[in-house]
Amino acid sequence: MDIDKSIRTGADGNVSAHAPAGSPIEFRLDASSGVPTYLQLVQQVEHALRLGYLKPGDQLPKVRDVVAALAINPNTVLKAYRDLEVKGLAVGRPGQGTFVQATLSQVALPELTTLRRSLSGWLTAADGAGLDEDGIVALFTSALRDFYERRNGSSRTRGGVAAGETAGVA
Amino acid sequence: MNVIEASGLGKRYGSTWALRECTLAIPAGHVAALVGPNGAGKTTLLNMAVGLATPSAGRVTVLGGRPAGSLAALDGIAFVAQDTPMYKNLSAADMLHLTRNLNHRFDQHYAEARLADLGIPLKRKAGRLSGGQQAQLALTLALARHPLLLLLDEPVAMLDPIARHDFMATVLTAMADEGVSVVLSSHVLAELERVADYLIVLSRGQVQVAGEVDDLLASHRMLTGPAGEVARCAGRPVVQLRRGEVQAHMLVRATADNPVPAGWEAHPVGLEELVLAYLREPGAAALPGPTLLRDAEPSGVTQ
Repeated sequence: MDIDKSIRTGADGNVSAHAPAGSPIEFRLDASSGVPTYLQLVQQVEHALRLGYLKPGDQLPKVRDVVAALAINPNTVLKAYRDLEVKGLAVGRPGQGTFVQATLSQVALPELTTLRRSLSGWLTAADGAGLDEDGIVALFTSALRDFYERRNGSSRTRGGVAAGETAGVA
Repeated sequence: MNVIEASGLGKRYGSTWALRECTLAIPAGHVAALVGPNGAGKTTLLNMAVGLATPSAGRVTVLGGRPAGSLAALDGIAFVAQDTPMYKNLSAADMLHLTRNLNHRFDQHYAEARLADLGIPLKRKAGRLSGGQQAQLALTLALARHPLLLLLDEPVAMLDPIARHDFMATVLTAMADEGVSVVLSSHVLAELERVADYLIVLSRGQVQVAGEVDDLLASHRMLTGPAGEVARCAGRPVVQLRRGEVQAHMLVRATADNPVPAGWEAHPVGLEELVLAYLREPGAAALPGPTLLRDAEPSGVTQ
């Protein structure tokens, strides 16, 4: 294998190894998570879409490559890709593979970076105040729940969290 | 098409039935796992499907009705026996040569390319290869015949974790590339969920569970609730009951839309948990046809 071709320098300056075949992502499996294998694949694609690692037009890893890398049943990969197609997130092109069709990321990458930076600032403050990781998670989770409950209080009947900016009890 | 079909199949050694009244149909396009305790009849069933053993009762066909052991059947199947037996003094190249001459279809190019990929030297004697390499060599010989059905008897039992992963990756890649159907027997429950999408549980010489893994998982739930109320829920088919003083767990056959009894929690089960529960309760069964469910009865295991 030609090592040079499979390594490229990411935008952040880190060197990362990529499969030469050319999907932006690689799957991994957590055997102890209890989550069915096909669902782990679906969730990893959705996660990559939310964080902007995958965008419309990108190719998902080829079924054969996933099977060879993870030693999982090809039907499992096909099931995951079918699931993504049903959700409208991916589309299969006969003889070519499966491609991303839609995105889940609501904001562009630069804005995500800004948000992440301000979150980092908050985390530093929380750490300085003496909270440990579990404490931070608990506080964040509880604040998140309060936030959405307050915001969607009036629009619950219309469908909760997804209601978006127009829900308006700001 | 069914890759293996057995009806009333039985094999008797002396006065002991190694397999009894075995009726099953394994559809094509799956990795079907045959699991069960030692002596459950897994090897016996595979040997009869291949044609290495003749049934004492009933019949077995492969690949859509070809009688097991017939030329038509042998042409479409490949079998890797337990512990991958090989001629230890022959080199890998000689094993390819031998297999090519014993079969009318053998893809020499594929076999050599695979061995090169795996870094297995053609000149090395089979007996001097590592366990993982020997298993890969045996698998390569089987796959180079481009079978429609690949049968594997305890293929990974003796292999270390990396060799096991690589072996299964080879099998599953062949399935992705060529659509070969696979039937394997295995003790290694932990890896089944990733590999198998069809499950057959054999117990005491009989088929106890058979079906697609997704269907089996969707039709079983673990109910957890107060031990005193077990009797109230006994109407549904209980596979296994584990009861403590206060709390009880019941593995039941039920679908997602079955109501959960008040005061009980329902959890989905994993394949390993499901298989273990059935193996511990040889009287319970989950079969496509009529079932042999007995009444719920505490297994005596306390939590």
